[in-house]
Amino acid sequence: MYQYTEFDRQFIRARAAQHRDQLERNLAGTLSDDDFRPLRLQNGWYIQRYAPMLRVAVPYGELASRQMRVLARIAREYDHPSKEVFDKAIGTQATWGTTHLPVGYGHFTTRQNVQFNWIPLDKSADVMDLLATVDMHGIQTSGNCIRNITSDELAGVAPDEIADPRPFAEIMRQWSTLHPEFAFLPRKFKIAITGATADRAATYWHDVGLHLIKNAAGELGFKVLVGGGMGRTPITGTTIREFLPWNQIMNYLEAVVRVYNRWGRRDNLYKARIKILVKAEGQRYIDEVEAEYQDIITRDGAPHTITQAELDRVTACFVPPALNLNAPARNVQVPAERQSDYARWLKQNVAAHKNPALRAVTLSYKRLGQAPGDADADQLDTAADLADEFSAGELRVTHDQNLLLPWVREQDLPALWVAASHAGLARSNVRLLTDMIACPGGDFCALANARSIPVAAAITERYQDMDELHDLGEIDLHISGCINSCGHHHSGHIGILGVDKDGKEWYQVSLGGSDGSPLSGPAVPGKVVGPSFGAGEIPGVIEALLDTFRTTRQDRETFIDTVRRIGFDTFKSAANSARLSDKHEDLHTLPKTDGYAKDAQEA
Amino acid sequence: MKLLSASDASTTESGAHTLVVANTEDPRGLQLAGVQRIDLHFPKFTDGRAYSQAFYLRRRLGFAGEIRATGDVLIDQLVQMARQGFSVAVLRADQNLDFAQRQFDRYQGFYQGDAVTTEPVFKREVAQGARA
Repeated sequence: MYQYTEFDRQFIRARAAQHRDQLERNLAGTLSDDDFRPLRLQNGWYIQRYAPMLRVAVPYGELASRQMRVLARIAREYDHPSKEVFDKAIGTQATWGTTHLPVGYGHFTTRQNVQFNWIPLDKSADVMDLLATVDMHGIQTSGNCIRNITSDELAGVAPDEIADPRPFAEIMRQWSTLHPEFAFLPRKFKIAITGATADRAATYWHDVGLHLIKNAAGELGFKVLVGGGMGRTPITGTTIREFLPWNQIMNYLEAVVRVYNRWGRRDNLYKARIKILVKAEGQRYIDEVEAEYQDIITRDGAPHTITQAELDRVTACFVPPALNLNAPARNVQVPAERQSDYARWLKQNVAAHKNPALRAVTLSYKRLGQAPGDADADQLDTAADLADEFSAGELRVTHDQNLLLPWVREQDLPALWVAASHAGLARSNVRLLTDMIACPGGDFCALANARSIPVAAAITERYQDMDELHDLGEIDLHISGCINSCGHHHSGHIGILGVDKDGKEWYQVSLGGSDGSPLSGPAVPGKVVGPSFGAGEIPGVIEALLDTFRTTRQDRETFIDTVRRIGFDTFKSAANSARLSDKHEDLHTLPKTDGYAKDAQEA
Repeated sequence: MKLLSASDASTTESGAHTLVVANTEDPRGLQLAGVQRIDLHFPKFTDGRAYSQAFYLRRRLGFAGEIRATGDVLIDQLVQMARQGFSVAVLRADQNLDFAQRQFDRYQGFYQGDAVTTEPVFKREVAQGARA
């Protein structure tokens, strides 16, 4: 992992002090709520429906166990609302059927960050100080700026890797952190980077997607994509550079973002992302970026060129940990009656590694009773313990809202399975139906049109049979509570989107989307099957789709391949056949909360 | 960076040598001969276009005169304005000058190159021998 220098540490402490100064001025009435909002957002502090949310940055998803323990401590000591706040929240949510709101927990996001939902804002400065003790912060996890850079969960360990993206992600993290020119862009700006052949970072769905590649001469560089994004206009990224030498990436990104800062629309929130600019201007945008890049090189003297010394310095932080590969395995046996469970876990949750003696193991946070990606304080501590015992103290937050242990010795797999099973984290459902992506939805988010968590829970409950799940095979099910698309419904093989009709919660179902991974094929948004459904109909719709799949699939064909082979219309009919005759007049009405949509709009 | 209150600014003259530039303009098209002061405008502090304009003027075009920030100018943006080449800021009427100075004292340095300190920290530190 990247090792913080004294410069890096004082920088994070200064940032925490800056937040404290702003908070104190806000509480004293000398910094208005409206002026404070964009500032606190750039430290990860939102106000949601009932309470603040903190989004902690996890650069490219990489976490040390000591950092995870501080996240656990924040969950345990700070993630608790006052009685007044909680009573209002549960009382209001109860009017549309939510009977339980968890407190004291963290939530893993699709952009590899960690969120907390209940920390009182007046404690926020203390939390930032605590995070700074383990080199953590919330810098640019929200607001209209360059966000946390995400990467392949298998970065540095994947067998199909051309080059490790983490040193570049770290150098770009530093470049983008408190960049003076790009703090108030037209809209948020998300960068994803991969160094592998397979795209596990949804790069085509980002404002900038970067692929480390080698050219014919064997030189390392980037393929650069610009203008991908979800929201109400899903667009996949356009390749604007087939090959850019690795040391030029920041000079080039300066040009990409500067032209966006100048030209991006600021008159309409929904047309402000760079995807709209790239779509509207096409080649003219690309030409302007290339001209600006040439000016940066020739007129400015290419100031942001990465030196070999700097790449070497940062790369040295990412050497594989020293593990004793020959030490005997821990003396733990998988019980005979659990061998088939273990075999399934090996198949779904254990991935091949660059080092043949090692494996990358996913801990599943998709289970009954907790929302996708949620972990309470004890479960966060348990993850830290597992990382220390089995993975050189390192974890990754995955794009699919799980945790991954990247340095597991092959001979330790039985012991890890037993330990993870005891912790409830060894469910062998990685990439299966119940390994769904879901946003926090209308139980927490002020922008949501509908709840996500109850829909996720209903599907999880219906599909508990592991024989059935494994028989269905790998399926991406993605659920968003609104068109902001935090639950990535556009890229799901099955996508579910919460929509507001007459103030009530409804769900649109789409089919055939792809995140760009080998399982899913080239990145593409799914197609909507028809008018939206009531929440009660959704499990039936999923069942109808999967029944159609089962009766039409060939051999072990995947759901997405069957949809593409048979065609959208057959599945569309199946989904629509699951409509109930009930007119849904008793559907819950979305309780409106006042005030904070402005926060969510900058989400 | 020189800070002016709104009332101070109203008494300073802006004459023939001052250009007032909207944040939608490309400053690279301006005639800068004889110009001593350029006012760049922030209609809202969250509209960041003038930061790119200042970069072009100070760094790309080498404009050596005064670059003045006007409009919705808050003390929380002063440091980044200074880094982009603004030399004078006219604070919004409700801003407290006493709180402004500590914004400049907080950070020992920044990572990336900007319009004033043009090189990123990794090049500066190597030059100073600070980084092994």
